[in-house]
Amino acid sequence: MELAVFFAAAVVAVATGVVAVAHRNPVVNVMSLVVTFFCVAVCYALLAAPFLAAAQILVYAGAILVLFLFVVMLLNAPLAESDQPRKLQRIFGLAAAALVGLGGAALAVVAIPGAGEPVAEGTAAAIGRLLVGPHLLAFELVSVLLLAALVGAMVLVKRKA
Amino acid sequence: MWAELAITAAKLLAVATVLLTCVPIMVWVERRGAAFIQDRLGPNRVGPMGLLQPVIDAVKLFFKEDLTPGGVNPILYTLAPMVSMFVALVTFIVIPFSADAGVEVFGVPLKGIHVAPDLGVGVLYLLAISSLGVYGIVLAGWSSNNKYSLLGGLRSSAQLLSYELSLTMSVLGVILVSGTLNLQEVIARQGPEIWKWHAVTQPIGFIVFLVAAFAETNRLPFDLAEAETELVAGYHVEYSSMRFASFFMSEYINIVTISALTVTLFLGGWQVPWLTATLSGWPLVLVSAGAFAAKVAFLLWLFVWVRWSLPRFRYDQLMQLGWKGLLPLAALNLLIVGVAMGQGWL
Amino acid sequence: MSVPTTHFVTLAAVLFAVGAGGVLLRRSGISTLLGIELMLNAVNLTLVAFARQHGDLHGQVFVFFIMAVAAAEVAVGLALLVAIFRHQQSIDVDRLNVLRW
Repeated sequence: MELAVFFAAAVVAVATGVVAVAHRNPVVNVMSLVVTFFCVAVCYALLAAPFLAAAQILVYAGAILVLFLFVVMLLNAPLAESDQPRKLQRIFGLAAAALVGLGGAALAVVAIPGAGEPVAEGTAAAIGRLLVGPHLLAFELVSVLLLAALVGAMVLVKRKA
Repeated sequence: MWAELAITAAKLLAVATVLLTCVPIMVWVERRGAAFIQDRLGPNRVGPMGLLQPVIDAVKLFFKEDLTPGGVNPILYTLAPMVSMFVALVTFIVIPFSADAGVEVFGVPLKGIHVAPDLGVGVLYLLAISSLGVYGIVLAGWSSNNKYSLLGGLRSSAQLLSYELSLTMSVLGVILVSGTLNLQEVIARQGPEIWKWHAVTQPIGFIVFLVAAFAETNRLPFDLAEAETELVAGYHVEYSSMRFASFFMSEYINIVTISALTVTLFLGGWQVPWLTATLSGWPLVLVSAGAFAAKVAFLLWLFVWVRWSLPRFRYDQLMQLGWKGLLPLAALNLLIVGVAMGQGWL
Repeated sequence: MSVPTTHFVTLAAVLFAVGAGGVLLRRSGISTLLGIELMLNAVNLTLVAFARQHGDLHGQVFVFFIMAVAAAEVAVGLALLVAIFRHQQSIDVDRLNVLRW
């Protein structure tokens, strides 16, 4: 049953991922990426990471992609007639992407040992304990980073008065 | 496993039916309530006390011409109301409607009228799904090929995003005290006594949550982006017939959801001061469900009452209130809760 | 463990390839950023899959940090894109060659 859910989520994720990077209309790109992120959240739920699944929807689908959508609508950039690079670059790009994909998949099939048992439920409490325990410094640094990004983004789009 | 699936499906069906019946009742309450507040009678010709008015409204909407304006993006135009409805309906699975009295149905524990009782991250799921509500509005505004729609859609979504922060921070205070994200346990943690409910122990958080709830559901005094007199009804101006009905219904279902969430987090959920501590079994399930319904009904009336009593905020006043008023208040609430927990008062 | 780790890592590899294709094969700045987000998600999925396999939650904490950093990066990246658009009225990254020799 979980296998069926996984295959459904995987197929939808790859299909919408391809639409997200290939379609001309940027709004359609962003909306199909929302569906991709949803499928990834389903995969997290299957992997005993419920907190991350909810956080994925909250942060990625609910905030980051909304920001993307705002910028797409703000810029309203004309759909480029020739949005693609020159032929040689396209060939090399496709080859590199295919190499990465096939290589990763091959490694996954060959090099990962068989199914063990350890699962470790990723509840909010467990992750919280790790965040304020071993990873406290990283936690505080990330908050400073977010502040820096906030100020930086505001400075970058400020018009000269 | 099949028995559990059947029970979950039955609970889902029951909750969805109750939700969808709430919409016409809310429409009636809104129109009669508005009339009484404005010292007139309201609909009283269609059926006794105008009770059939929402039914007739639904029939009217159904028979209106379902047109698609020229120049719209057809996929996104059709998708927007569906996204709004989906988000509005799906949030309900984590709200506990009644006590988990240990009753069993066909040998499977019922775990209260609660569709997803074992979801450990209940509150987070709810916040995550409500943050997806922005998409319906933004897509509706953009795909309608209409300046006023776009302006209304962008304003409304900026409003939703801003107040979502204050909403989340006020919920954080409650989570801090309860120590869990599971809503059934949050209710249990607020004992049956009224002075232990979070509305009393964290009044600032409660006020912030209530104001943010009004803003999140696009209700007066924060409905600038969709009022008929401003921006020509904003993001849903180009929608008619069943698509408009879809937006309309999703707005009312959002109101019911937020009221249910307020009751669960701040007003003790299904608890009644002496009754729910002493009953058990099926009577407890029924009494607690009734108490929950009564509390939600009171909050729904509050939404209608405020709508017809207060004037509308201007957009810049709205954004200033959200960022410079509510967010610092919510942070202050968090600080107070932290200090109180440290001192052992909470 | 009903769904083996291999399946998840394969899915992650395919998503990473799709994201990399998006970055390499499109000229629009927004498509580049979308491809980057997809690649980050693929990496997150790998980390969570391995965290489950080893029963160690540090993988999930790392994913949490990656989400936060990705949010910061998207904010700054989009701000840059808006600034670029104001300057050259297009988001074609191939036209950003003013500093070239």
